[in-house]
Amino acid sequence: MPTDVENWKSEVYGSEIRDRLFEFAEEGYDSIPDDERDAWFERFKWWGLYHQRNGQEGYFMMRIGTPNGVLEPGQLRTVGEIADEYARGPGVNPIFGDAYADFTTRQSIQLHWIELSDVPAIFEKLEENGLSTQQACGDSWRNIVGNPVAGKDGQEVIDAWPVIRELNETFKGNDDHANLPRKWKVSVTGSADGSGQGDINDLAFEPAYRAVGGGGSGSGDGRDRDGDGGESEDAVGFNVRVGGGLARNEPRLARDIDVWVPPERVPDVAGGLSALFRDYGDREDRYNARIKFLVDEWGAEKVRERLQEEYVDFELETAGRDVREEYTYNAGEGERNDLIGVHDQKDGTNFVGLNVLVGRMGADDVLELADLAEEYGSGEVRLSQRQNVIVTDVPDDTLDDFLDEPLLDHYSPSPSPFMRGSVACTGTEFCSLSIVETKNRQVRFARWLKANVDLPADVDEFHIHLSGCTASCAQPQIADVSLRGMKTRKNGDPVEALDVGLGGGLGEDPQFARWVTQRVPVDEVPGAIANLVESFAAERDEGESFRAFVARHDDDELDAFVDPEETDYEDPLMYNTKRTWYPYAEDDSMEDAPPTPADD
Amino acid sequence: MTTRLRVLDDGAWISVNDAREVRVSELWRLDAPDLCECALSDLVVENFQSVGVDGPTVEVRVYGQCIACGVSGTTGWIPVGRVRGGEFAELDRSAVRRVRR
Repeated sequence: MPTDVENWKSEVYGSEIRDRLFEFAEEGYDSIPDDERDAWFERFKWWGLYHQRNGQEGYFMMRIGTPNGVLEPGQLRTVGEIADEYARGPGVNPIFGDAYADFTTRQSIQLHWIELSDVPAIFEKLEENGLSTQQACGDSWRNIVGNPVAGKDGQEVIDAWPVIRELNETFKGNDDHANLPRKWKVSVTGSADGSGQGDINDLAFEPAYRAVGGGGSGSGDGRDRDGDGGESEDAVGFNVRVGGGLARNEPRLARDIDVWVPPERVPDVAGGLSALFRDYGDREDRYNARIKFLVDEWGAEKVRERLQEEYVDFELETAGRDVREEYTYNAGEGERNDLIGVHDQKDGTNFVGLNVLVGRMGADDVLELADLAEEYGSGEVRLSQRQNVIVTDVPDDTLDDFLDEPLLDHYSPSPSPFMRGSVACTGTEFCSLSIVETKNRQVRFARWLKANVDLPADVDEFHIHLSGCTASCAQPQIADVSLRGMKTRKNGDPVEALDVGLGGGLGEDPQFARWVTQRVPVDEVPGAIANLVESFAAERDEGESFRAFVARHDDDELDAFVDPEETDYEDPLMYNTKRTWYPYAEDDSMEDAPPTPADD
Repeated sequence: MTTRLRVLDDGAWISVNDAREVRVSELWRLDAPDLCECALSDLVVENFQSVGVDGPTVEVRVYGQCIACGVSGTTGWIPVGRVRGGEFAELDRSAVRRVRR
């Protein structure tokens, strides 16, 4: 039997939602019939609008999809102006104030406290400036991710940015692909560092070489195996993987389906696989709907066979020679674990990755950063999957002046490892699913760790990801230290807690974190990490990475290293933040929740 | 009178007659021998899987973890409240809930 969501989608979905959305905005929030609100809220997601959680009636989170995290000149200013004008509500965050933008792990931007009546004006301003919220959420093509410095990166194998743009133009607003069984996350990466994080996406295109032309009996994978010195040459394209994802305690790495595709064929293969998911995905059980479960059921070989037989009209080529052995991004060791700091562009200028702690930046700072990007670079800014920003096109002769700007004291190109490695999801501040408070807590954790914990001198990165629940929006399974929202009892009382996982990361051989210690009360987590780091420093082999250290210990040994304990860290939100209308409000009970915003 | 029941927000809420009434992330005391061996499970409610009714009683199946023993899994049908005269009354959160057998 189809789910409620499928029934609602079958009535109205896709582009046509917009007309009704604008009518509701014009007529006022209360014009949405009570018995239709859940259906409309579900549909609004397709246009990037999530109704915020209980207690925040009438306020929405708005997600702006920026393909590959690219904000062209002027677009960051647009985001900052919209945040400043519209992303203010009755709740004021004690760390970040009352107007801010969140940069997400999928290279998108989220604004909060958006009122329905403001949506048409916001859409108009976004679209005038080449931005959109279309399909930023909902059951369809989400924001396409990749190496954020595609087209500029000195380490690039192939420029994936034109491919991503074409996919974005082809599949946003495409009725044939507008209503899928569930979300559809695509990564296209052209760099050799693995920064597109394809392994955790529904569909991943990763750079690979393949022999084309003559070349005798070559294997076709780009290696001249017959040794005839043949006439074949390497073409650069993409290998295809399907069925990765982290959510619901069911993490999967994308599976290799033994397909290589040249850049011009990417839309055909991507469309074919999207259509396969549309036709064969499970629409009767949303928990089983993601394509990772279909790949579990079918196996990669059958996915390839169906793609070939039913969805493409050309002969698929077998996989080419990949560059995975060069992957460093979020790999736990080597250079370029992230894109923070100054890096060479292939045109001789520089891109500068700046750390945005937990991805949240106040509107004033967004606007100031837009100024700096125009003054020192081309005005373009890009977003990484580690919730950070990158200013591109900075020439050598003004680089030092840029690095001396006061704003970079706060958004540093050379931050403390604990600041640099912090990633956090939205949490109970706004999200219905989250079990615990996250962003502010991770800020508190990072500040405490910076002040109290010393990593070994040769360790300059240490990734800690805090996700409020098993939806895994902070990608906890691919961090050195993975924190996931839980509950426990302390002295008999329910308190917010975190499960602790260790040793996750991507790279050539990606590994999900092992959950070694369960339900640590949140006030004991900094002490646990301090003890863990102390054990790591004392017992590691010379030069050993944290990830390698974790790999050579069993779960019981690791659990002993974690050793939770109270310290002078105090957590002001130990108790159930979900029972508040807003965790940071002075009067935070549900009875004190603000009225729905007035229509004006 | 028909009662409209829904699992909303990807399993975060149970809606009764178009109002979000029961949320995840609570701790429930549970008599659920099918879930774990604890005499009384102390379940973190992580995700609602399905919702139904047995007479006036609204029941759910939830995915969660017993914090006493660490076992995770999906429960049988657990009562969460009653509907009388169209009004939903949630069970006291401290109540011991018994899985329907």
